[in-house]
Amino acid sequence: MNEYKQIALQGLWKNNPGLVQLLGLCPLLAVTATLTNALGLGLATMAVLIGSNILVSLVKTFVPKEIRIPIFVMIIAALVTCVQLLVNAYAYGLYQSLGIFLPLIVTNCVIIGRAEAFASRNSVLKSAFDGFMMGLGFLLVLAVLGASREILSQGTLFEGADLLLGDWASVLTIHLWHLDTSFLLAMLPPGAFIGMGFLIAFKNVIDKKLAERTPEPDVPEVTRARITKVS
Amino acid sequence: MKKSMLRNGLLLAVFAFFCTALVALVNQQTFDKIKEQQQLELKRVLHQIIPATMHDNELVQHCILIHNEKVLGVDTPLPSYIASMKGIPVAIAIETVAPDGYSGNIKLIIGISADGEVLGVRTLSHAETPGLGDKIELRKSDWVLSFNGMSLLSESDPRWNVKKDGGEIDQFTGATITPRAYIKAVKRALVYVNANKDKLLTRPANCEVNYQ
Repeated sequence: MNEYKQIALQGLWKNNPGLVQLLGLCPLLAVTATLTNALGLGLATMAVLIGSNILVSLVKTFVPKEIRIPIFVMIIAALVTCVQLLVNAYAYGLYQSLGIFLPLIVTNCVIIGRAEAFASRNSVLKSAFDGFMMGLGFLLVLAVLGASREILSQGTLFEGADLLLGDWASVLTIHLWHLDTSFLLAMLPPGAFIGMGFLIAFKNVIDKKLAERTPEPDVPEVTRARITKVS
Repeated sequence: MKKSMLRNGLLLAVFAFFCTALVALVNQQTFDKIKEQQQLELKRVLHQIIPATMHDNELVQHCILIHNEKVLGVDTPLPSYIASMKGIPVAIAIETVAPDGYSGNIKLIIGISADGEVLGVRTLSHAETPGLGDKIELRKSDWVLSFNGMSLLSESDPRWNVKKDGGEIDQFTGATITPRAYIKAVKRALVYVNANKDKLLTRPANCEVNYQ
């Protein structure tokens, strides 16, 4: 069970795809203008990540080393297309506001990265859990960035939640204050870069504080889940 | 060597087959639903720009294609929808493009009554700067409503400009290119409809809209 705890810790904090691996920055910076968009893309990425990890782990035994990458890419591309079709069919409004970034999940390096580094070496259950945790880590970064940008730029939170969750969700929208002209920096990609910088800095500060509090290096970081097992 | 190449090639083919099958299956399952969503969206927009009390026909069913790059801004045919009351055409919803926006084409649809009055304008798709140019969306600002009830006195009607240029329509703070392009596109469509009213409104439906 400890192993699963380790996987969760890796995905959510130590090896967070957004804050540590810095993978998938393009969608991360582009769609986090509102919390709704951030959640939508985060959930879609998570779904693809879990699916691709499961499939890759399932087929890992009969995929020769030489052609593993094209096969992983095919699996990921197929899954992304499926997710895109499903979002188009069942969350049309969200499909319109996410636009090109939905099919672009396919280029998100987190997914091929996890397929290669984890799912192709671990059991199905562990891979699914890893996909979930990595996806959740990515989703949380997206959500925090999306929420702070939305509050700063428009003074609202969860604007357009009904696009993602259905009509009932329009009650979730919170108007914090009214702005006559929106704060543009927070709304445009440069603001996302700056916000991202703050998030990473904040994480590093916390890590440093934690390290100071526990000075004795009783766990010399050998137990990292990144097992480079040669098969 | 040859054997492994053959094996790998076959394996790739098998995977390609299954991946394609998966996508094909999902596509088939969602095809109708997606079409329905697009139709619903279209109906919703049409309903907003041509009041339901004005007509008794199903707008999406009376669809005509207009191909005119000068007016519509693109070199592809775009659909328009004719509203009629008891068989007499009363209004047209014309889809058009403003090709000279700040970033890429702005697709819009304009409802125009038979006596040349703008009933409503909505943006269908655009890529204008968020926070500046995206006030052309009704979700963000009610700017598009300022076209309601406007008509054209002459082809050089001075009201059809942003206020900065002496017209009657608000510009956006920090973004003048977008509303200028937008106004021009609406005006072009209006001039065209006014000049070809009889021909357009009586044109039989000629584009296939799979409406279920």
